[in-house]
Amino acid sequence: MSEPTLLIRDLHLSFRTYTGIIDVLHGISLHIAKGERVALVGESGSGKSVTARLIIGLLQMARGTRVDGLLQFEGRDLEKLSQSERHALRGTRMSMIFQDPTSSLNPVYTVGAQFHEVLRRSAPGIGKTQAMERATALLDEVLIPDPARVLASYPFQLSGGMNQRVMIAMALANEPSLLIADEPGTALDVTVQAQTLKLMRDVVTRHGTSVLFISHNLGVVREFADRVYVIYKGRLVEQARTDDLFDNPQHPYTQALMRAIPRITGGGIPDIEEASERFHEPLIVHESCGEPGGAR
Amino acid sequence: MSSVTRLILKRLGISLIVLIGVSMLIFTIARIIPGDPARIALGPSASPEQVEVLREKLHLNEPLPLQYGYFLADLARGDLGVSLYTNRPVTADIAQFLPATLELVLLAGTMMILIGLPLGILSARYRNSWIDGTVRVISILGVSAPSFVWAVILMLLFAYFLPLFPVAGRISDSYAIPSVTGFLLVDTLAAGNIAAFANALSHLVLPAFALALSGIGQAARLTRANMVETYGRPYIEMARSYGFPERKIARRYAFRPSLIPSLTIIGLDFAAMLGNAFLVEAVFAWPGLSRYGVAVILRKDLNAIVGTVLVISAMFLIVNIIVDILIAIINPRIRLSQRST
Repeated sequence: MSEPTLLIRDLHLSFRTYTGIIDVLHGISLHIAKGERVALVGESGSGKSVTARLIIGLLQMARGTRVDGLLQFEGRDLEKLSQSERHALRGTRMSMIFQDPTSSLNPVYTVGAQFHEVLRRSAPGIGKTQAMERATALLDEVLIPDPARVLASYPFQLSGGMNQRVMIAMALANEPSLLIADEPGTALDVTVQAQTLKLMRDVVTRHGTSVLFISHNLGVVREFADRVYVIYKGRLVEQARTDDLFDNPQHPYTQALMRAIPRITGGGIPDIEEASERFHEPLIVHESCGEPGGAR
Repeated sequence: MSSVTRLILKRLGISLIVLIGVSMLIFTIARIIPGDPARIALGPSASPEQVEVLREKLHLNEPLPLQYGYFLADLARGDLGVSLYTNRPVTADIAQFLPATLELVLLAGTMMILIGLPLGILSARYRNSWIDGTVRVISILGVSAPSFVWAVILMLLFAYFLPLFPVAGRISDSYAIPSVTGFLLVDTLAAGNIAAFANALSHLVLPAFALALSGIGQAARLTRANMVETYGRPYIEMARSYGFPERKIARRYAFRPSLIPSLTIIGLDFAAMLGNAFLVEAVFAWPGLSRYGVAVILRKDLNAIVGTVLVISAMFLIVNIIVDILIAIINPRIRLSQRST
């Protein structure tokens, strides 16, 4: 197997606050192979989003954060890179898509101007005409009709689904090897979300981009990911190929998550225990997709 | 027609209506408050016949709508009547006093923008640091004490104990500058007299700063608050995730969207200074329009009151239009909404 795009070993994170130290991640290990789409699933506050922000390096800037463990990107130890080397990776080798596309775009600049800035990250001297040509091609790829109009528009003039496509195109503009999608499209309505996610899957497959897909929505994960990690209170509790996980969830917490999906056949809101001692049981690895080097 | 032109025309139209409304209001109020202006103008020793003659001359015996009609007809000819206080045409008085106040207010407004905004930006970028703390203390001081208090304090500190600046007046008597525009800074430059220009400027600094202080504080606080809020927005995080330099994020992503509310308040403050200038003008013996306005109100000088209020309202409206245009330029949402109307 070639070198994984992302390798995380025993990642710990804690925040120092006035009242003491709060541990958020208790040793997370995961890997994403080249071109693989991996989902990180868990409830709110389980540590999904902080993991994403640690990878891209945004959280380390905040005061009172303590990070431990190995974060390796394309064979390079991220924590050993200098500030500027790390900075150079952002927006070029790795990029991120956020929850709400409309509020994630700068309201006072046109989509075109924002594309230009993104493209300048990998080609600092790129001119306006060239940037617009490239942006048009990118918008074509995410099936945006009339790219020229979209480029001249401000985010508030476009629909949420349109902005989501713009975000996807922007995130892939510099051909990153890793795309982190933090609950993409949660702010959109379900049909548009499904549409854009399918589109995103097609585009990343074509580009061979690895994806870390963060979500609380198992239905969406099933459609999108090759492999799933389940995270609960800062610990990974189960890891499997998507089909295996859905066919045969083994961990009590995963089973509870599955039961939480509302069924169209009725039965009302399932009765699930809020928290259980059993949820803290260690990582369960399904056959033939083991986390090498010992989990947890 | 571009959307900005459309906006300007629309705002000009509205302003004209507002101005007519203001003129009716002030015209009526000035006439229904008790006291006979003719009697006040002529003094207690004047005979009732003399008072009657003056009342007739001022059309004070006519019904109010007719008086307003006379006023409008005169106004159309650019005539605001004669001041009972200075015995000169009101337009001449305004032409003499307005430039002094405008000069003061313009410099104070410039200070508000050039000092207040950068302080707010600094404060937000280094929030919770000592820089932030200092700026916040300065701005709360600026906001909480009225400008005439600052006028006295500044005068004591920098004109009396530490004589860096002159105590009062617009320019030293030794300079004889022909009045062309009435703006001393412009006239001295036009006359090519650099020393006189420096002298006029040094007279202007303290009163303008005293007048600007509360606006500076307000602008700094508001800009800080808006920027801190903007820094929490998702598009800032997105900009960071793309690795844009922090300086660019501060300027393009945090400052520009935050500038919109700050600009609105600065515009209002700016216009309000025209009226607030009175106490500062009084402290620094500044021969400006605000001082004139108060003097004529106390004497129930009808023509002068109406004229002064109209001019100040017009200034207020002009400043508001300028602010609206600036906001439309930086805020696409407002600019583009003009298309639909």
